[in-house]
Amino acid sequence: MKPPIFEYASPSTVAEAVALLASKDGNAKVISGGQSLMPMLAFRLATPELLVDLKHLKNLDAISIGEDGVRLGAKVRWCDIESDARLAVSHPLLAEAIKHVAHYQIRNRGTVGGSVAHADPSAEMPGIAMTCGARMTIVGSAGARIEAAADFFTGPLQTSLQPDEILTEVHLPPWPAARRWAFLEFARRKGDFAMAGIALHYDLDGAGRIVDAHVGAIGVADRPIRLAAVEAMLNGNRLDDRLIAAASAKARQSVDPPSDIHAPGAYRAALVATLLARGLKKSAV
Amino acid sequence: MDIKFDLNGQSVSADVEPRTTLADCIRNNFGQTGTHLACEHGVCGACTVLVNGEAVRSCLMLAVQVQGDQVVTVEGLSGDELTPLQAAFRKHHALQCGFCTPGFITTAHALLSHEPGADEERIRDVLSGNLCRCTGYVPIVEAVLEARESYRGSGSK
Repeated sequence: MKPPIFEYASPSTVAEAVALLASKDGNAKVISGGQSLMPMLAFRLATPELLVDLKHLKNLDAISIGEDGVRLGAKVRWCDIESDARLAVSHPLLAEAIKHVAHYQIRNRGTVGGSVAHADPSAEMPGIAMTCGARMTIVGSAGARIEAAADFFTGPLQTSLQPDEILTEVHLPPWPAARRWAFLEFARRKGDFAMAGIALHYDLDGAGRIVDAHVGAIGVADRPIRLAAVEAMLNGNRLDDRLIAAASAKARQSVDPPSDIHAPGAYRAALVATLLARGLKKSAV
Repeated sequence: MDIKFDLNGQSVSADVEPRTTLADCIRNNFGQTGTHLACEHGVCGACTVLVNGEAVRSCLMLAVQVQGDQVVTVEGLSGDELTPLQAAFRKHHALQCGFCTPGFITTAHALLSHEPGADEERIRDVLSGNLCRCTGYVPIVEAVLEARESYRGSGSK
């Protein structure tokens, strides 16, 4: 359980960090909180030649809330989100989801950027980014680019980040005050990775019909996913028990989760159906 | 790499490999073996220390990452006398083999320092990141509840 040998650098600007990453031709990794990377190193699942620590980079730890939504700097920690009272109004779905991330000590170190770049399919922050249609700001040798969450997550622990790129910000779209939402996950112990989780939000039109439904799931595929068929079923309809039952059944059909030591695929699919039904009920209250 | 940081109030320096975890550095370079290592991948909480006043897992940090920081281990919490938190652990039999105890003490100390009004639910939530295999959770929670009083008013430590 000892990490492999690597070099370490703690640059003071993003440009320096990018140059360091580029110098290793794909054999360098970014570290910040290290709460996902350090176990990977301990198990030798990652064996980088160089770790580039973001510790001294400035301006990556702000939570900015404005008319264009919520901007989370890559170094924003779970405890920062937890203690920011504005988010209960500005993005209650984010605030609720982040309550489920890991444990106290890890929440003091773990970061938004680290979780999103690590892209664990069961993790909450990638799930919220996917569900809400977040836009990622990415800086590399070629300059800065913006990527939609739907294009960012490409597979298990895989993203579109290039070896010389750093994720600097996650931008969640504006949150209307009247928006309905829910986040539910199931884990055997609090703080564990979810066996399955559901994040959802939607708005209501003047006649009380659902518009712009976003329904996401974690823990049931090789990456966080949106359940487009469920969203289509919800849009344009009023939420009632019949619609909830139909959406729940559709959710079960929409996923094909892998089996692993924690749960068979069919069980995870059943969890998605149950969590979606509960989430929709909760959202209506 | 040469590093310099503050360990339990003393300025210390060491030459460590970048891959050295903070936990290994504290134990091997400075002989402060109160910080216990069990899982070494961030599951058990036994290695919890305070970095700049916040509870962190020292197996999930590199020693080179605490350059210039203030690190406090279980050794740094008390002088010759037990702290009220430690005394409460003894009174409530909140330890049996004692292996997990430094992690519980540092974690509970950080919690009560920041949130002296923490209720039982909050205490249980925070301590859920620490494993005790002698199944002493109930007396541990009782001890932390009793120690809360000492963190109110005049402050911590």
